[in-house]
Amino acid sequence: MTMKVERYTFDAVIVGAGGAGLRAALTLAEAGLRTAVLTKVFPTRSHTVAAQGGVAASLGNSTPDHWHWHMYDTVKGSDWLGDQDAIEFMCRKANEVVIELEHFGMPFDRTDDGRIYQRPFGGHSMNYGEAPVMRSCAAADRTGHAMLHTLYQRNVRAKTQFFVEWMALDLIRNSEGDVLGVTALEMESGNVAIFHGRATIFATGGAGRIYASSTNAFINTGDGLGMAARAGIPLEDMEFWQFHPTGVAGAGVLITEGVRGEGGVLRNCHGERFMERYAPNLKDLASRDVVARAMVTEINEGRGCGPNKDYVWLDLTHLPPETILKRLPGIREIALQFAGVDPIQAPIPVVPTVHYQMGGIPTNYRAQVVVPKGEDLEVPVAGFYAAGECACASVHGANRLGTNSLLDLLVFGKTAGEEVVKEVRSGTLPLKPLPKDAADQSLARLARLEQATSGERVPEVLRDLQQTMQKHAGVFRFAKLLKEGVEKILAIEERVQRTFIEDRSRVWNTARIEALELENMIEVAKATMISAEARRESRGAHVRDDCPDTPEFPNGRNDRDWLKHTLWYREGNRLRYKPVHLQPLSPETEPIAPAKRTY
Amino acid sequence: MKRVKHFRIYRFNPEQDERPYLKDYVVELAEGEQKLLQALVRIKEQDDSLAFRRSCREGVCGSDAMNINGKNGLACLTDVDSLSEPIVLRPLPGLPVVRDLIVDMTPFFHQYLSIMPYLINEEPPPERERPQSPAEREVLDGLYECILCGCCSTSCPSFWWNPDKFVGPAGLLAAYRFIADSRDQATNERLDRLNDPYRLFRCHTIMNCVAVCPKQLNPTAAIGRIKELMVARLA
Ligand SMILES: Cc1cc2nc3c(=O)[nH]c(=O)nc-3n(C[C@H](O)[C@H](O)[C@H](O)COP(=O)(O)OP(=O)(O)OC[C@H]3O[C@@H](n4cnc5c(N)ncnc54)[C@H](O)[C@@H]3O)c2cc1C
Ligand code: SF4
Ligand code: SF4
Ligand code: FES
Repeated sequence: MTMKVERYTFDAVIVGAGGAGLRAALTLAEAGLRTAVLTKVFPTRSHTVAAQGGVAASLGNSTPDHWHWHMYDTVKGSDWLGDQDAIEFMCRKANEVVIELEHFGMPFDRTDDGRIYQRPFGGHSMNYGEAPVMRSCAAADRTGHAMLHTLYQRNVRAKTQFFVEWMALDLIRNSEGDVLGVTALEMESGNVAIFHGRATIFATGGAGRIYASSTNAFINTGDGLGMAARAGIPLEDMEFWQFHPTGVAGAGVLITEGVRGEGGVLRNCHGERFMERYAPNLKDLASRDVVARAMVTEINEGRGCGPNKDYVWLDLTHLPPETILKRLPGIREIALQFAGVDPIQAPIPVVPTVHYQMGGIPTNYRAQVVVPKGEDLEVPVAGFYAAGECACASVHGANRLGTNSLLDLLVFGKTAGEEVVKEVRSGTLPLKPLPKDAADQSLARLARLEQATSGERVPEVLRDLQQTMQKHAGVFRFAKLLKEGVEKILAIEERVQRTFIEDRSRVWNTARIEALELENMIEVAKATMISAEARRESRGAHVRDDCPDTPEFPNGRNDRDWLKHTLWYREGNRLRYKPVHLQPLSPETEPIAPAKRTY
Repeated sequence: MKRVKHFRIYRFNPEQDERPYLKDYVVELAEGEQKLLQALVRIKEQDDSLAFRRSCREGVCGSDAMNINGKNGLACLTDVDSLSEPIVLRPLPGLPVVRDLIVDMTPFFHQYLSIMPYLINEEPPPERERPQSPAEREVLDGLYECILCGCCSTSCPSFWWNPDKFVGPAGLLAAYRFIADSRDQATNERLDRLNDPYRLFRCHTIMNCVAVCPKQLNPTAAIGRIKELMVARLA
């Protein structure tokens, strides 16, 4: 394919206009840097818009709270795989970034004395696990919508430059490995361009669409991870996927944990509130991995509900209707639309549904992408930053707490922006010359699709990929299934290289976009399956049949051999490991020593 | 229950077609495939050249607004079994068609951007949150939830005739969202910018916008409140 490739030059190129991308963009635009924000969809259509329950901050508006309690909960929630320096950084910055959002105009719900309303959420506690705390700052059950629109609006004020409905295709690196920008495809024209920048920030969100049943949007295809992997950057901790306990059975649409925060409970077919057995203290508000496994256990042991006994009930019928109408109006709409029930009158059928990717592009607490180089395992890649769900800081470790992702977006989006501003101003981020072949890889990928006259259909390969992930890397993991899963995914990878589309147009060729997305999803799927197969322990969201609870390894967790982060490299499907940061950022902060996780 | 559905879908590819046409499709839907968007995804499996926008599939992102049997709505929130057949799908009316069901939303967003869609408060912010009482906050309910899908403005005759001059229901709803916010200090400036024979006053209370909003919002009421404030300011 011969094609003229335009070149645009900016100080910063941000890929993604969800919460993380918009927060980074705001700092850069307000500092007056020339900033481009690329996004596959109009900014307010990014999947942050779907977040419901809230954003964590120890404001203490309704119950006493402290950032160190939040840090404790996050480390424990992560099953000690989270990096304590990054976690401390995030928890300490929470109040600042949430208050700032309020100042930007976010319509938070309010307490009677006019402060931001906070609700309890799973895994968040007072005084190191004593009792649930009210930490989740909420705008009804539309927190993500309120936040994303507010951030977009603030960017309008700051005159941020957006490239809407542009899909980034590949990361551009020079022979030293420095990152120089991305290639991207404009959907409306079919044109390809190079976005050349001093700094490139990835904020491309998650890849939940690699599973058959997911709370994620169609666009959550892990493009940032695919681009990074193809450019030789390893992906960290990809075996850890969060299954949210309450997706609407059949539809996958999420019902926020805020429902349980407001008093909703899970029941099995006997009407029993079964979480009392699994987590005597926090019950329905235990950490997500714990609740999801309890639900699957109930279903597997024949106590599921419905004709096929394949879901459990989420019961709100005992709540005052005013609470549902005022605090959970969006949930009521979802239940009516996707489950056909009014939660004021009847319980909602729910099943654990894939929701969040804890792993991602390895970063440090400054949002710099870091990779091993020789003996040093965390060397920043010049010019490359990542924030939000595509990044692995790692603040979520083996299991994320609800409301900590929206916080992660704000803290690390802002930090990425500040780091770039600082470096551009101090002259340490020069605009480096582009290699001649900067667009070749992308053009070759497009040419292959353009020239293929027969081959595999994209939706069929995608369906097989999603079903394989669902079956072989689910809520519970089985050594045998993981092994088979690796083989199956590698076979699917070959099919991804042979896809074929009928549509040959340039203008809004959505078949081509889906084919390109599939090429990213397969990288995420390989990283997940191979990392999961290799991790021979149970930790957080990764629980294996051959690593059960024993006195030597409580909950199946083996800190002796596996208290470390996985790094998967695309080339040769190689794995490497690096230590977890068990030391907090400031010397005076008490580290949270590993312990058995119970709720 | 499996069932077969008949569709007639507006097709236009600027690279190939001189003029748009309607194409018939027949699709079998599995049990549990309830929503129109799921049917469109099935149709795209038969014919990958069909172009439409979609993302969240749960009515919060605003991507998949289209004209469904003559009425604007979101494909992901429309029950396919509630529609009479053949199900006729067209792009949103009144905006330039780029391809198939994809319209150029620029005129719509242009109007949204024209109302200064951000909180204006020039006082240095306090260290903590700006206080707002639950009652003050409640005023924003029904205003802030807009997903910018465009169903309303593209069903409004006044917007069809003057998309460059009339702000339209979505933009006016957003304008009122900030006017009504106890923290915003720019009410006068906002009203000044709407005080023009077209920008606000082209609304003739036809209420098409209210009838189609998939989030059950009421732009007409918001427009009425702005008009009242304009009048009150004169008095
Ligand atoms: C239903 C649901 C509810 C949730 N509720 C909560 C909650 O209450 N609290 C909480 O803390 N977390 C919640 N989460 C998690 C949280 O919302 C997400 O992790 C977070 O919003 C991700 O934000 P992000 O900015 O990283 O990415 P996203 O918001 O997903 O944005 C990704 C952006 O990248 C762009 N992009 C992607 N690929 C490309 C490409 N190739 N080229 C150009 N642009 C690209 C997209 O267009 C988009 O703009 C929820 C998640 C879901 C799915
Ligand atoms: S009420 Fe006003 S804005 Fe709504 S459709 Fe009618 S003219 Fe348009
Ligand atoms: S007011 Fe309703 S119809 Fe109009 S853009 Fe907003 S959500 Fe869509
Ligand atoms: S796909 Fe998001 S509103 Fe329908």
